[in-house]
Parts: sequence; C-alpha cells; structure tokens
Amino acid sequence: MIIGTAKETYRADESLLTTQPQRVWLAIFAASLVALPFVVNDYWLYLTCLVAINVAAATGLNILTGFTGLVSLGHAAFMAVGAYTVAWLETNLGTPFWVNLIAAGLVAAALGILVGLPSLKVKGLYLAIATIAASFILHFCFVHFDGITGGATGINIPPLTIFGAELTTYFSLYWVIMPVTVLMVLGAANLFRTRIGRAFIAIRDRDISAEVLGIPLLRYKLMSFSIASFYAGMAGGLWAYFFRVVTPESFPLLTSIFLLAAIIVGGMGTILGGILGAVFMTLAPELLRYGVEWISPLVPNAGALLSPVRTVVFGALIVGFLIFEPQGLAEIIQRIRRFFRLWPFRT
Amino acid sequence: MNPDFLFFIEVSLAGLGSGALLALTALAYVLIYKATRVVNLAVSEVLMLGGYLFFAFAAGWNFSPWLALPLAIIGGGIVGGIVERGLIRPMLGENPISVFMVTVGLGSILVGLTELMWGADPRTLPAFISTKPLFLGEAYVSRKIAVTFVVAAVAMGIFLALFRFWRGGVALRATATDQAAAYSCGINVPGVFSVAWIVGCATAAGAGVLLGAIGGISTTMGVFGLSALVVVIIGGLDSILGALIGGLALGLIQSWAGTYLGGEYSSVVTFGLLIVAIVIRPFGLFGTHEIERL
Repeated sequence: MIIGTAKETYRADESLLTTQPQRVWLAIFAASLVALPFVVNDYWLYLTCLVAINVAAATGLNILTGFTGLVSLGHAAFMAVGAYTVAWLETNLGTPFWVNLIAAGLVAAALGILVGLPSLKVKGLYLAIATIAASFILHFCFVHFDGITGGATGINIPPLTIFGAELTTYFSLYWVIMPVTVLMVLGAANLFRTRIGRAFIAIRDRDISAEVLGIPLLRYKLMSFSIASFYAGMAGGLWAYFFRVVTPESFPLLTSIFLLAAIIVGGMGTILGGILGAVFMTLAPELLRYGVEWISPLVPNAGALLSPVRTVVFGALIVGFLIFEPQGLAEIIQRIRRFFRLWPFRT
Repeated sequence: MNPDFLFFIEVSLAGLGSGALLALTALAYVLIYKATRVVNLAVSEVLMLGGYLFFAFAAGWNFSPWLALPLAIIGGGIVGGIVERGLIRPMLGENPISVFMVTVGLGSILVGLTELMWGADPRTLPAFISTKPLFLGEAYVSRKIAVTFVVAAVAMGIFLALFRFWRGGVALRATATDQAAAYSCGINVPGVFSVAWIVGCATAAGAGVLLGAIGGISTTMGVFGLSALVVVIIGGLDSILGALIGGLALGLIQSWAGTYLGGEYSSVVTFGLLIVAIVIRPFGLFGTHEIERL
C-alpha cells in the first residue's frame, strides 16, 4: 500500500511520473504499442491508426478547451486545413512528408490565431458558436477555392513516401502515425510543466485573476488557439496520408462534436482524459458493430440499424457522461487506482 | 411596374416568409433561454421531430392535417417536458457549456431515433396547403410561404400578448429577471422551467411542420435550426423582439444573397454576419448586457 509520495525537490514535483509502478506500467504500454502491429490483423491495425489520429486531435482540443477553458466547435475545420495543406504540398511540390506535416500544423496554427481573435471579447458559449460559424465559412472556402482545394471533388493524395519507399499498408503507416502521435501527446504533457501551460490553466480557472497575475490574456489565449490548431493540423495531415483523399465533406461539424465529446467522455483538463476519450469514442461504434452482427440472426435487416443506433449511442454517451460522470473516464481510472492503493481500507 | 423591381419585391416577399419561420424557431430558443439560461441546440432536432410526427399522423394514420398539426405540436411539447424533467433539471447550475453539450447529445439521440423509426430518406408531407399561386398587387407569392408567414405572425402575436397579460407569461419574465426574487414572490420557478421547455419545444415542432410543408422533411433539416440560432445571437438571446426583427432581417438577407449572389452564398453570408455580430455586440441587438461580477 502506497500512502503517498514524498516530493523533496521542485523537480520531483514537476516530473510526469512520480512512482515506480507508473514507470513500469508506462514501459509495458510502450512495449505493447511496439508489439501491437505484429499481433493484430489488418482491420484492428486500421482502427488503431484511426484511434491514434483522433488521440492527436483530441489532445489538441484538450489543450484549448480542457486546459485553457476556451470551447471550440470548429476543431474539425482545422483538421481539414491540415489535410488540405498536406494534399496540396504533396501533389504540387512533392516535398518530404515531415515537411508537409509540419507545414500542415503551421498553416492550421496561423488560421487558429485568426479564428481565436474573437476569444478576446467573448467567451463560453458565444465563442463556441463563433467557432461553429468559422468552420462553416472555412467549409465554404474549401468548396469554392477550387484552384487550390479541388472544389467539391477534393484532392487525391499519392501514398506517403520515405526514402523512396511507398507506404501503402496499414502496417507501414502505423510506424509513421503512432510515433508522431506519441510525440504530440508527450509534447502536450510537457507543455503543462512550463510557464505557458500553467498560464493556460490560470486563464481557465479565472481569467481576470490570471491577468492580475501578469499573464497577457490576448497573447496566451491566441497561443492556446494556435497550439491547439497546430495539433489539429498535424492530425489532419496524418488523416490525409491515411485516407489518401480529402473532400470538403471529410470533416463535417459532426467531427468537431465528436472531438469535444471525446474530451468530455475522457475527462477535460487531463492528458490521460483526452487519450482515453478518443480511444473510447472511436472504438465504441465498433463494439456496436459486433452487437449488431450478434443479433442479426434474430432481427431482419439488422445492418440497416447500425448507423442510427450509432447516432443514438453517440448522443447517449455524451448526455450520460455529463450527467453521471462529469469528470469522465480519467476520474473512473483514478477511482480504481485509489481502490487498489487503499485496499483493505475503504476509500 | 419595372420587371427587375417586381422580381426584387417577389424575392423579398419570399425572404419575409422564410424569415417569419426563422423568427418562430428563434422564439423557441428565446423562451427556453429566458427561463433556464440554457442554449438548447436540440431545438433544431425537435423541429425535425415535429415534421416527422406530423408525417406519421397525417400520412401513416391518415388523420386529417388539421388534427395532425395539433398532435405534432403536442408531441413536441411532451418531448420538451420529458427532456426538461429528466436531463436538464439535474444539470441546472452546472457550467453552461456542459448543459449546451447535453443538448447537443440530445440532438444526436433524437436524430438517431427518428432514423430508426422512419428511415433516413427524405419524405414529403401530404399537401394540406393549396398550391394555387397568390398575388399581392402584381407580385407572385407561393401560397405556402404566405400561409407560413401568417401563421408565424399570429403565433408571435399570441406569444407577445401572453407575456404581457397572462400570469404564466409574467411569471416567466419575473423568473428571467431574478430567480431568487421570483421564488420569494411565490412563483413556482421549477414549474416555470417546465412550462418554458414545453412551450418552446411545442413551438419548434410547429415550425417544423410548416418548414416540412414547404421543403419536405429529412433527418438533416435540423440545419435550419442553426440559422435560427444565428437569429437569436444577433437579436439577443433573451429578447423576443430581437427574435422577431432578427428573423425577418435574416430571412430577407438570405433570400437576397441566395438570389443575387448564388444559393451557396446564403450560408456564408449568414455565418459571416454571426461572427461580426458576436464581435461587435455579443449580447445581441436587443439583448440584456450582463455585467460580469467578481
């Protein structure tokens, strides 16, 4: 039974992992990520890549919404910007993939600053609605700037190439997508050990107090927007390489809602929450698919039920978590940890 | 009369018709926001549900449209009441964003249930408004749009009168102004919440029937609700007058933009206006400017 960890230095207080079991678990997790593509089949590999992309995007939104308290319902539009940037660079200039990915992040970040400008004046719900409006306007641009975006038909993207080798299988794409996602999540975790990250949290908790403490609100809010959009842009770039086609309909408003739902279900304001939420919300519909296959001998036409049932479950998860478990999955994990740590005593 | 000018008049009349519908939907947002301070995004889906209920009663059970219409409105009201009691009441006092997200989730549930019941294909409502064209002077107006305008105008008039003269309406305004004071005057505040949600959702369902009569119903017709949300943000979230004027103005602007710039521009103009309005007057043209206290 671990009662607590005595932290004797500021370094120890700031460190990401504080106890030995945490290090062991993380090592096991890292090892399993490496081993995963060798043991699962193609379908699960496809899902894993999709989960990784969603984790990257949700972590970005978590920085903005969970840690800085600025709600955005336009995150999918930034993913689209990243995807289009990758598509354009890949088809027109043919630059290496890592240049494209970083460019995708940077273009999205620049746009994020622009969209974030109203955040100085409005907050909360109004900001959420302003970001919805921005995403609709961006959608319009994707359809009508057809010289760059290919209009309604979108752009087809050639396969990702490293050192002349084309990565077309999910197995090979995994080795690009997963490391990038891990790096992004690590970056987000480390961000909150710095002054910038702490400033974000201060702004979330009380923006006026944060300003009194000497945090320039405009600069930090825009910084939060740009970092979050950078993450979304990178995730969108990975998405573009993964699906190899981008159209204006690839990132609808529903994707923004999906990402916000993911961090709500996972737990806002914790890095773990963003990861858990994205994993859970991506895999939950797949579990439904198994459910539908299971009942299909009993119910005629069960396949047609899948899409509406998914929509219902998606909404029910959002509503249920908000009402019964507002802290999300991360809180459930904490509760389980507490139980084992304090066992045989009650919590 | 100059044909260009006549065309302009016709376009404007059509715009006023859809504007009246926007105003009616916006009223549903305003009613709910006034009482409970919740921006209910599920108004769009209740609107869709109203259209489908009307379809079920009128086409499925072969009821007369004049019976199906009140039934659809009552159905919307019942949904509103259940939602308020079951989902919103436990969330009152929480962070507004959380409550907003509850209504987003609720919208998703309603869309899924509607698809389960009636399938995802668009449908047309049985015709209950004659299609004979109507002429105002020389200008042609579609009869459906004219009827919509009249119905919406009458409904708005009834609401304005209710808020002025009916005890319940006054209680709602009192609750909106100061909940604690309303409580101490003996107003049943939770009751007011319920009534606001029931009436708000019933209004949305009625607007859904009218919208369905014009353009048919589909599970994606909730997008119309987003335009109505733009109306309330521009007009002021807690202002009925704002919903009325904002709705008519946005209807006109959408109609002009759609005709003279091209149909695809109407949404970009709408949302562009929204961003400008939010940056300049976040509390809306007629809304109450709330001062944040420390």
